[in-house]
Amino acid sequence: MNEDAGPIFRQVATEIENAIVDGSLAEESQAPSSNELAAFHRINPATAAKGLNQLVADGVLYKRRGVGMFVATGAREQLLKRRRSEFADQYVRPLMTEAQKLGISAGDLAAMIDDWETQR
Amino acid sequence: MTPSPTPVVATVRDVTMRFREHTALEGVTTAFAENTITGLLGRNGAGKTTLMQLLTGHRIPTTGRVEVLGASPYENDRVLRDICFIKEGQRYPDHFRVRDALTAAAMVFPGWDGDLAAALVADFDLPAKRPVNKLSRGMNSMVGIIIGLASRAPLTLFDEPYLGLDAVARQMFYDRLLADYAVHPRTIVLSTHLIEEIASLLERVLLIDRGRVLLDADAESLRDSAVTVTGPTDTVQAFARQHDLLHTETLGGSSRAVVRIGGATDRRAAAAQGLSVEPTNLQQLVVAMSLQTPAVRGSLHPTRPADLEEVSS
Repeated sequence: MNEDAGPIFRQVATEIENAIVDGSLAEESQAPSSNELAAFHRINPATAAKGLNQLVADGVLYKRRGVGMFVATGAREQLLKRRRSEFADQYVRPLMTEAQKLGISAGDLAAMIDDWETQR
Repeated sequence: MTPSPTPVVATVRDVTMRFREHTALEGVTTAFAENTITGLLGRNGAGKTTLMQLLTGHRIPTTGRVEVLGASPYENDRVLRDICFIKEGQRYPDHFRVRDALTAAAMVFPGWDGDLAAALVADFDLPAKRPVNKLSRGMNSMVGIIIGLASRAPLTLFDEPYLGLDAVARQMFYDRLLADYAVHPRTIVLSTHLIEEIASLLERVLLIDRGRVLLDADAESLRDSAVTVTGPTDTVQAFARQHDLLHTETLGGSSRAVVRIGGATDRRAAAAQGLSVEPTNLQQLVVAMSLQTPAVRGSLHPTRPADLEEVSS
């Protein structure tokens, strides 16, 4: 985990969300345990558990008593929805800020995106 | 979910510890919750070792009270067998070989795990038959680490246990500590200057400066409690004035400041003012806070005398 990127439990949660979004952690499959996460990331097990518990509170994971945590059905769609709604704030805003500094208009930007699409 | 209150293993209540003219600890109050890893941080001479000596019954506080597992640890065998204290540069009787030191430890600690000790000796590639006085400094530290881990003591304290250890051995220590702690949770207190290396292992941080508690908090909330803002000096200063400024540096017309904030709202406010906002890691926070104090109360604490002989007893 990155010591320079804020609370570690949030990084743990984000990483599991990434795995759900990209499909490497399928719905109804078992999520890593807090001890596995702790050993892998070299973090305190309580911190790892906090990350998992946040995902439970968000409805992304659910607990099966005595077995572990599992990815909820619909979790991927839920995460995609949330990330789409955060997209403007996280990606468009910094893009526009830099574009304004450089005197690039919204129209120029749109043209750049079109160019980029056709060149792929 | 409301977490149930965690039982406390050790409490320190308004403890002051004086040696002749030197006050090593002053009005320290804190508690160590069961099954947590606490980082005891602070500069040289801050009082970390003194606090550990009080927790392990090596000293009696001048005033105040120390309680471990429900009683004062001083000359209390019932409490002391549940405490393992690995001192900085721990010494062993000269005729001891490594295996003798481990055998002696096995007799002292009720929870001793001989298999774990043997596995750690192999991991560290430690010569079991070599006399301890023929060990290198790093090897001597390894013996302490093995005893500390294999003791499985409900309260285990490591006082800068890494002297002479190379980066590989230190990583091995952290990994073994974490692995064993995950299976056998217990209360661990670790004093260190290598904050960056152990930051992610810690659940709690206790920062001492000049004998006083500067920070006593959950490590994760600390990671969220301070930001480093960079931008035009005027904007940075305006933002810093509204919050708790810990440290600032200026280059040309721009400044960088470490600022304690209230939460995400403050972070967004800084970004909205056009400042670049980055999280402050534990090491940066500890350094910034430790740098801040001498200016505030430096004149009250003259240079500490070298003589640390105890006044009482």
